Amino acid sequence: MLTDNTIENIKKALTKYPNKQSAAMDALRIVQEEAGYLTEDALLQVADMLDMPPPELNEVATFYTMYNKKPVGKHHIQVCTNVSCSLLGSEHIVEFLSRRLGIKKGETTLDKKFTLSEVECLGSCGTAPMMQINDDYYENLTDGKIEEILKGLK
Amino acid sequence: MEPILLKNINTPDSHKVDVYLKNNGYQALASALKMQPDGVIQMVKDSGLRGRGGAGFSTGLKWSFIPKDPTIPKYLCCNADEGEPGTFKDRVIIEKDPHQLIEGMIITCYAIGAKTAYIYIRGEFAFGTKRLEQAIKEAYEKGYLGKNILGSNFDCDIHIHRGFGAYICGEETALLESIEGLRGRPRIKPPFPAIAGLYAKPTVINNVETLSCISHIVNKGPKWFSSIGPEKSPGPKLFGVSGHVNKPGMYELPMGTTAREIIYNHAGGIRNGKKLKAFIPGGVSAPMLVEKDLDTPMDFDSLAAKGTMLGSGGIIVMDETACIVKVAMRTMAFFRHESCGKCTPCREGIDWTYKVLHRLEKGEGKEGDVELLEKLCGNIFGRTFCPLGDGAVMALRGALKNFRDEFVEHVKNKGCIV
Ligand SMILES: Cc1cc2nc3c(=O)[nH]c(=O)nc-3n(C[C@H](O)[C@H](O)[C@H](O)COP(=O)(O)O)c2cc1C
Ligand code: FES
Repeated sequence: MLTDNTIENIKKALTKYPNKQSAAMDALRIVQEEAGYLTEDALLQVADMLDMPPPELNEVATFYTMYNKKPVGKHHIQVCTNVSCSLLGSEHIVEFLSRRLGIKKGETTLDKKFTLSEVECLGSCGTAPMMQINDDYYENLTDGKIEEILKGLK
Repeated sequence: MEPILLKNINTPDSHKVDVYLKNNGYQALASALKMQPDGVIQMVKDSGLRGRGGAGFSTGLKWSFIPKDPTIPKYLCCNADEGEPGTFKDRVIIEKDPHQLIEGMIITCYAIGAKTAYIYIRGEFAFGTKRLEQAIKEAYEKGYLGKNILGSNFDCDIHIHRGFGAYICGEETALLESIEGLRGRPRIKPPFPAIAGLYAKPTVINNVETLSCISHIVNKGPKWFSSIGPEKSPGPKLFGVSGHVNKPGMYELPMGTTAREIIYNHAGGIRNGKKLKAFIPGGVSAPMLVEKDLDTPMDFDSLAAKGTMLGSGGIIVMDETACIVKVAMRTMAFFRHESCGKCTPCREGIDWTYKVLHRLEKGEGKEGDVELLEKLCGNIFGRTFCPLGDGAVMALRGALKNFRDEFVEHVKNKGCIV
């Protein structure tokens, strides 16, 4: 079930556009921000709110990579491995995190605390290598710095 | 050159409206509102400003294509999708000087007769989104947005539309689809967005850096702007330098500054005393260049004459330790991931090139693989629905042209020897 808060926020998003469907991306993001990922049930309810056929909304949910179709860890670690970061050792960063967390890329730790992913350029190439954890950017990474960052995550 | 677009970014709280106002903020808006909209368009035409999103199209000319009929709603979309790997310029403006962008957008809306604008910002820029939301709120409070702006009878609203992870949405028609709540799949052109864009209404799409130039052109005049850099592509340009340099970062310099000056004088040269092997001049879609090309002026026309492009101005520098096959593989992995899947040459062709490059890199390359790559390029280029496929091919061809031997060596030596 969508919470009142989610519904309220989706209604606010609707005011930005001349038609309801335009709020689809915002609506899905709002649901995800609260629930962590998109369930089929939530998709049906959002589709209903936006007067969209559910398969059409599902197309949107599956096209954009930031929508989680399954639960992710509390801290979603996303390491950029595109060219600039790769030149400065992003492969090592992924290996280091993988060893440190005991998971491979694409996996979540058993305690559901961490998910490790590789992602495309995050627009922070001048401070490579870098990663994003949830909404925050961490730049100019070194092993020591990563240790510090992990220690700070509850 | 004195910084222009970056002049405020080192001031404490540069993102706040009060700081922006202290640095002459919103004066250009006040002046523009006293002019006729056409006068503003003419000014931007005269300045010679060309789009900073990659294609380098004349901004004033683009605006002039918008029909004048006041009964038709029109839109402005700011392209803040910044997804071209190697590019990190728009993010700096958004986070450090959002009012510069907002002021440029309001003036643009006035010039083209739009009352509604959207900023399409990539989903990963959560912090930038917060900054923009805050700045838009401040602009409403101060009366620069909303109804009857500065008593001029002109109304304007700006909304933020967040992308959610899709490079293709930086392509302007895919961006429009995305705002309309669809998958980000490019539209066929024509009709061009100036005639039928967002909600099939006349629409201008401009990059963040392009729009950020507008207030300066209004304040200091088109002559001042066109006196900076080369005659045919004037103005200040943000160059982002990343990769194997001593001082990676953002540098604002006149358009047409040579790659040598940017890499060696500003970005501190190659790290660890190593030699330059190659550099990509404008994001990964731009074919790479080598040592002998260092004196090329970094502007649209000079780079096009070298078979590459200025693109976003994101320069990626590689020293002699870089393996070009690996860079090419990583680049094609990117395009493979980002292909929207609509057309076969792009979807299948790029995947195939990736697989070949992957086996070369793993030491499993076969006799004829390099020729196969070249053939694949020919079968993709010019046959795709949108320019994403062309960008991918251009990048790969650039690597093959300059470093064919290195690809051949990978086959012969069963892997990398760099
Ligand atoms: C695959 C692809 C990705 C693009 N990505 C961006 C982008 O992230 N930001 C941008 O401003 N322009 C991007 N563009 C260019 C836009 O289509 C468009 O030309 C530009 O936003 C126009 O603005 P300008 O005239 O101010 O440069 C991209 C083009 C293509 C083909
Ligand atoms: S390449 Fe990693 S942030 Fe751009």
